[in-house]
Amino acid sequence: MRAVVTVIGKDDIGILAKVSTACAEKMVSVDEVTQSILEDYFCLIMLVGIDRMTCSIEELQQNIQGKVPDMTVHVMHEDIFDSMHRI
Amino acid sequence: MINTRDIIETITMIQEENLDIRTITMGISLLDCADSDIDRSCEKVYKKIKRLAGTLVPTGIAIEKKYGIPIVNKRVAVTPISMLVAVSGGDPVKYALTLDRVAKEIGVNFIGGFSALVQKGFSAGDRELIDSIPRALAQTDLVCSSVNVGSTKAGINMDAVKLMGQKVREAAELTKDNQCMGPAKLVVFCNAPEDNPFMAGAFHGPGEPDCVLNVGVSGPGVVRAALAKMPKDAPLNEVADLIKRTAFKITRMGQLVGSEASKMLGVPFGIIDLSLAPTPAIGDSVAYILEEIGLEQCGTHGTTAALAMLNDAVKKGGVMASSTVGGLSGAFIPVSEDAGMINAAANGTLTLEKLEAMTAVCSVGLDMIVLPGDTPAETISAIIADEAAIGMVNSKTTAVRVIPAIGYEEGQMLDFGGLLGKGPIMKINDKSSSVMIERGGRIPAPMQSLKN
Repeated sequence: MRAVVTVIGKDDIGILAKVSTACAEKMVSVDEVTQSILEDYFCLIMLVGIDRMTCSIEELQQNIQGKVPDMTVHVMHEDIFDSMHRI
Repeated sequence: MINTRDIIETITMIQEENLDIRTITMGISLLDCADSDIDRSCEKVYKKIKRLAGTLVPTGIAIEKKYGIPIVNKRVAVTPISMLVAVSGGDPVKYALTLDRVAKEIGVNFIGGFSALVQKGFSAGDRELIDSIPRALAQTDLVCSSVNVGSTKAGINMDAVKLMGQKVREAAELTKDNQCMGPAKLVVFCNAPEDNPFMAGAFHGPGEPDCVLNVGVSGPGVVRAALAKMPKDAPLNEVADLIKRTAFKITRMGQLVGSEASKMLGVPFGIIDLSLAPTPAIGDSVAYILEEIGLEQCGTHGTTAALAMLNDAVKKGGVMASSTVGGLSGAFIPVSEDAGMINAAANGTLTLEKLEAMTAVCSVGLDMIVLPGDTPAETISAIIADEAAIGMVNSKTTAVRVIPAIGYEEGQMLDFGGLLGKGPIMKINDKSSSVMIERGGRIPAPMQSLKN
């Protein structure tokens, strides 16, 4: 099972590091990362493995949010993207 | 990996464009609760609903957290209560109070099924139930009521139409200190679907399984946002295509949530009702979609054509996305629940006559319309008859949910709060229809009924 983590907000130093740490704390493995900066905006999309995750998706979201409080953080199950965008 | 653009699109739909699962509605058959003693019958009803739907709300919340998508309402629909009244006799309000009590205990938003199906005539229990509707709605908070007075196969039961005009008024009288809330929870149907998850018209038809989970998805905001990005000179077939593609994505999400919920609850998955159901929230409006298509304001000339296209495109997208599309599926046009409709009605662009024309091409009918407080019962009956005739002849569901604003002046608004919104009092034709309504009897089924 995988989930999609997105982090959007003003660019700063160490966002990727903080988000990855938050994932590792909950035994979540980072499978793929796409990151881009549009003007001043930082946009990170991460595909993470949640098979060994030690908490719920909501708690993972809160843990990441706690590390990067100024950013908008979403964590959603991969199924929802698959069902909406693939036939 | 999933396309970045797709990911951002989904998140934008949910965060900014009000995409949500409007409701998961558990349908529960109460036929096995019927008992010749009404108190015993009520006790069985209470126990069965509590047993089957006790975990509906926590399950809904768990799914919201897992997928990050809001499920706005969790509801229960039950067998038309008139069938239980037929066995038990007694005061049907007892059932309403039981439903209200159990709904509050399990935490659902509404419970539907204080209903009777009388399209061809009254059987035991039907009249008693209809008579008790105004009291039942006044004494409960969460109970919704509906009566089916006509169908393409059976014609229109004009005795029931006459009666319902009176009951709508009585329901308003009894709740006049509470924004005339009673009739906002009462729907009069023609061709009522048995698996509709949307309130106030939801009930669990006698042909349905013992327990089933139906899902209603919504997303007028998503459709409007998609259309807003389209160039203004794009031809209408391309507009229809875009609506279809958007409806497809919305329905797929509903399918995912519905099957997940039914698995968690151990209940078979029924249908997805893909309806563009507006809410008073800014941007979550069907009227704004019509305006985005190119009308200065909803209600002007061209509205019916735009709505017909919208309704059809929504269905086509939905059918491709799920093999079990059912219920009402299409576009809802409840006036008080739609910011754009409220504006259009308040400044006179949207009239009752135009709304009636729109109901011939949309998925339901005259919905959440506030009438002057002195509207006679016969006129309400006549409005119901007109609407039922449109449904009967066009083999489609139509419904009437009108609220006589008793004690309010023209120009004032009724404010129901929450999803029910607020509505201005609309003008009606003041010429009488009473002789026709007093005739009663039946309007025979039309030629369209002879399809066999």
